[in-house]
Amino acid sequence: MLRLFSLLVFCLMSWHVAADDHLATAGNEQQAETTLASLLKQLPNTKLNKMAPLIKKIAATSAPQVPAILETLQAGELYYLKANKQLVHAQRTQHKKYDLTDLLSNAPLPSVTSSAIKKVRTNNRIRRQIGDLLSNMELNAKDPAIRLEAVKQLLDSPNKVGIKSVTLLHDNEPQSKIRELMSVVLAVEQLKAGTEAEKLAAVSILTGRLEPAVKNALVKALDNSTALSDKSELTRALSHAIDKIEQQGDLYQIADHLFFGLSLGSVLLLSAIGLAITFGVMGVINMAHGEMMMLGAYTTYVIQQTFPTLIEYSLLMAIPAAFVVSGLVGIIIERGVIRFLKGRPLETLLATFGISLILQQLVRTIFSPLNRQVEAPQWMSGSLDINPIFSLTYNRLYIILFALMVFFSLLMILKKSSLGLHVRAVSQNRDMARALSIKSSWVDAITFGLGSGIAGIAGVALSQLTNVGPNLGQAYIIDSFLVVVFGGVGNLWGTLVAAMTLGTFNKFLEPSMGPVLANIIVLVGLILFIQKRPKGLFPQKGRAAE
Amino acid sequence: MKFKKLIVASSIVASTMISNFAFAAENIKVGVLHSLSGTMAISETTLKDTVLMMIADQNAKGGLLGKKIEAVVVDPASNWPLFAEKGRELLAKDKVDVIFGSWTSVSRKSVLPVLEELDGLMFYPVQYEGEESSRNIFYTGAAPNQQAIPAVDYLMNDIGAKRWVLLGTDYVYPRTTNKILEAYLLSKGVKPEDIMVNYTPFGHSDWQNIVADVKKFGSTGKKTAVVSTINGDANIPFYKELGNQGVSAEDIPVIAFSVGEEELSGFDTTPLVGHMAAWNYFQSIDTEENEEFIANWKKYIGDDKRVTNDPMEATYIGFKMWVKAVEKAGTTDVDAVEQAMIGIAIPNLTGGIAVMNSNHHLSKPVFIGEIQADGQFEVVWSTPDTVIGDAWSNYLPSSKDLISDWTAPVSCGNFNIKTAKCSGK
Repeated sequence: MLRLFSLLVFCLMSWHVAADDHLATAGNEQQAETTLASLLKQLPNTKLNKMAPLIKKIAATSAPQVPAILETLQAGELYYLKANKQLVHAQRTQHKKYDLTDLLSNAPLPSVTSSAIKKVRTNNRIRRQIGDLLSNMELNAKDPAIRLEAVKQLLDSPNKVGIKSVTLLHDNEPQSKIRELMSVVLAVEQLKAGTEAEKLAAVSILTGRLEPAVKNALVKALDNSTALSDKSELTRALSHAIDKIEQQGDLYQIADHLFFGLSLGSVLLLSAIGLAITFGVMGVINMAHGEMMMLGAYTTYVIQQTFPTLIEYSLLMAIPAAFVVSGLVGIIIERGVIRFLKGRPLETLLATFGISLILQQLVRTIFSPLNRQVEAPQWMSGSLDINPIFSLTYNRLYIILFALMVFFSLLMILKKSSLGLHVRAVSQNRDMARALSIKSSWVDAITFGLGSGIAGIAGVALSQLTNVGPNLGQAYIIDSFLVVVFGGVGNLWGTLVAAMTLGTFNKFLEPSMGPVLANIIVLVGLILFIQKRPKGLFPQKGRAAE
Repeated sequence: MKFKKLIVASSIVASTMISNFAFAAENIKVGVLHSLSGTMAISETTLKDTVLMMIADQNAKGGLLGKKIEAVVVDPASNWPLFAEKGRELLAKDKVDVIFGSWTSVSRKSVLPVLEELDGLMFYPVQYEGEESSRNIFYTGAAPNQQAIPAVDYLMNDIGAKRWVLLGTDYVYPRTTNKILEAYLLSKGVKPEDIMVNYTPFGHSDWQNIVADVKKFGSTGKKTAVVSTINGDANIPFYKELGNQGVSAEDIPVIAFSVGEEELSGFDTTPLVGHMAAWNYFQSIDTEENEEFIANWKKYIGDDKRVTNDPMEATYIGFKMWVKAVEKAGTTDVDAVEQAMIGIAIPNLTGGIAVMNSNHHLSKPVFIGEIQADGQFEVVWSTPDTVIGDAWSNYLPSSKDLISDWTAPVSCGNFNIKTAKCSGK
C-alpha cells in the first residue's frame, strides 16, 4: 500500500516537473522570438561591417525561425520594403518583379517591382559566417550527408558552440564515418588546449588523416611544443605524424599531376585522332582540321540554343550532330578541293589553310566574333572527392573516358569493318586496291569525312573546357600535328601514346616552370626527338611504309 | 618705331581674327582611335560607340563654340604599331583637335611619342598600371591607387585575407600592378612566403594545375584571397575550374581588375557568383545620372540588353570635361585646353564629382562589387570619398620620389622631389 502511494506521489511529482519544464521552454521561446524581432529590426539599418555581430546575436536567440531566416539571408533573398522597413523574403518571378512573403510569419504579400524593395546586403565574409552558424545547427540533422558536411565545415572553421555540440553528439552518432570525423574535430581541439597525455592521444587519432585542417593543427602544435622541450615524446609523435601526412600528400600530388596530364593528353588525343586519319593514313596535310573542331563546338552551341530545356542531354545529342556536320563539311572539302591536289602537299597545305580562314570568317559572320556560351550540364560540373586532398573533376574525368572510347571505336572501325579494310588497302597501295575493284576516290572521301567527323566530336568535348569562338581551332591545330608526328605517322596507337606522354610531361613540368616555359621545353624536347627518330615513336615498317 | 610695332601687332591680331573667321565655318574634329577589329575589338568598339553617342548628344545641344563636332573614326585593328600610324594620320592629315582612344597600355605607349611630337591631345579611358604622365594625355581610367590598392585593403580589412595569390596574364599591366601590390603587401607586414605570383599567356584555358596550386596554397588555415589581373576570355575557364574543383567565393575569394559587365554579358555567371571586381563605376549603382546614361546608351545602340561599364564612364567623364575645358578656354588649341582642363569638375555617374588634377589623373570613388547571377555587380564596399589618382606609385622604389604636376612652377610629368629636378625631358 505504502509502495503504491509512494509510486503515485512520485508520478505526480514528475508530471509536475515535466509541466514546469514545458512552461519554461514556452516562455524561453516567446522571449527568444521577441529578442529576435527586435534584432531583425536592426537589419535594414546596419552597415556591412557591423553585420557580423548582429548575425551572431540573431543566431544566439536560437528561436525556431532562425535557420530559415539565415538561409534566406545567405541566398540573397532577404529584402525590406522601402516604405515601412518590413522584412520580406523576396523571389524574383520575372524582370524587376518580385513575389514577397513576410519573413517571420511566411504570410504571402502582394508582389512588387524592384523599386519598392531593397536588399539586405551581405558579402563573402558574412555568407561564410552564416554558413558556419547554419552548419552548427545541422550537426544533429536527420540526413547523414548534411551532418557530414556540417562536421567537415566545423573542422575547417572551428567554433565553441559547434565543438560543444559535437562533444555531446559524438557518442550517439550512428554513422561510423561521421563519428570518426567528429573525434577528429575533438582531437584537434585537444591538441590546442589539453594536457600532455590528452595531446598524445589526440596525435594518435590524427595520424594518417589527410584533412588540411589536421595538418595545420599538428604543425601549430609542433611549433608550440618545440618551444618547451626538444625531445619530448609529444614532439616526436607530432613530427612523426606530420611526416606521414606529408608523405601521403606528396603521393597524392603526383597522382594529381598524373590526372591533369592524362586529361590534357586526352584533349590532345581527341584533337589529334581525326588528324591521325586524314594526315596519318591518307597523307593529306589538312590545315582546316582545327576548324572542324570549331564547327563541332558550334554545333553543340546550336543544339543548346535549339533545345534550351534539354541542357542535360545536349552533349549526347551534340555528339552525332557534330560528327555529321563536320563530316559532311569534310567530304565537301575533299570532293571540292583536295582531290584535285592529290600528290601536291604544298598546294594542299595552302588550300586547306585558305579554307580554314574562310570557315573562321563564316562563323564570325553567322555567330558574331564574340565567344559563344556553351553551358555545362549538371553532371559535367563538380568533382569526385576521393579524399580531402585528392579529387577528380567530373568534366575532365568524362573527357578522358570519352577520348578513350572514341579511340577504341575508331580502332575497331579500321581493323574490323570492311570500310576499314578498304581504307587500309588504299593507303597501302592505291593502284593495287583499285585493281581489286575498290573505288579509291569514294574511299578517300569517306575517310576524310570520318577524320573530320571525329574532329567534330572533339569539338563537342572542347566546348566544355575552353571558350567557343572563331579561333578555337587555331589553338589546337599545331598541337595536333605535333602529336601525330611524335607518335609516328599512320599509327593510331602511336597517337595515343604520344598524346598521353606530351600531356603528362607538360603537366609535371608546369608547377616548377610555369605554363609558358613548360610548353617551350616540351616543344624543344620534341624537336630533338624528331631529329633522332624522324619517323616518330612507332614508325610504320615494311612495304606499307613506302 | 613704336608706330611700326603697332602696325605689326595689329596685323597679327587681324590675321588671327581672319584665320578664326576662316575656321568658323569648319567643324571641330574629334579623332576616335579604338580598335574595331582584332582581339581588342570586343572591348574597344563599345568605347567608339560611346564617343559617337556623346558627340551626337553635344551636337543636339548646339555643338561646341557654335560649331558642329565631327568624329573621325580610324581602326588601328588591335595592332600596336598601327596605333602610332593611325594617330599620326589623325593629327597630321585630319588635323583633329582631340583624340579619344586606346585600351591596352602597349597601344598607349605606341601612340604616345606621336602625340608628344605633333602636340596632340588624347583622352585614355582605361584603368592602367600608372608610372606615366604625359602632358598630351589625360588619364580618365583608374591608376593603381584607385583600384588595386583599395581592393587589397578591402580584402585585408573586411575579408581578413592573410595569404595572397596574384594571378595575371603575362604582359605589362599585370606585371607592373603585381609589382606594386607585392611591394604594398610587404610594406603591410605580409611575409614573402604568404604571397604567390603566377603568370599565364593570353587565352590560357587549362587551369587545372594553377587552381590546384591555389587550393593547396589556401589550405594552410590562413584566409587566402586571389587578386586577378587575368585578362580577356581566359577568365571564363579559370572561374569554371575554380567551381569544378570546389573552391567557392566564401573559401577563396577572387577579386578581378579586368572583369566588368561587358566581359560577363551573355555568360552563365553561376560559377562566378560571390567573386569580386574593383572598379570606379558599376552599372548597378543607383543614381539619376547613371539611370539617364544607361537609358541613353540603350536607346543609342538600339539594344536593350547592352550593358555599361567602367571605361564607358571614363570616356563619358573625359568627353564632358574636354567640352567644358574648350568652352572655358574659348578655343580647341591644345595648349590652352590642356591648362584649362586642370581643375575642371563635372558630376560623375555614381553621385560624386570627378575633378581633373594637375597630374592629368582624375579623382574617383572606388567600389568593390560582388558578381551576381545576372552578370551585374552588387556593391559591397566603397571609399567614403573620391581618391586622387597617383601617377607614380609610392610603393615602388624607382618611382616613390616622383610626382607629376603640369601647372606653372613645376610643369613636369616626372618631377623628383628629392633632387628637385624634372627627370624626363
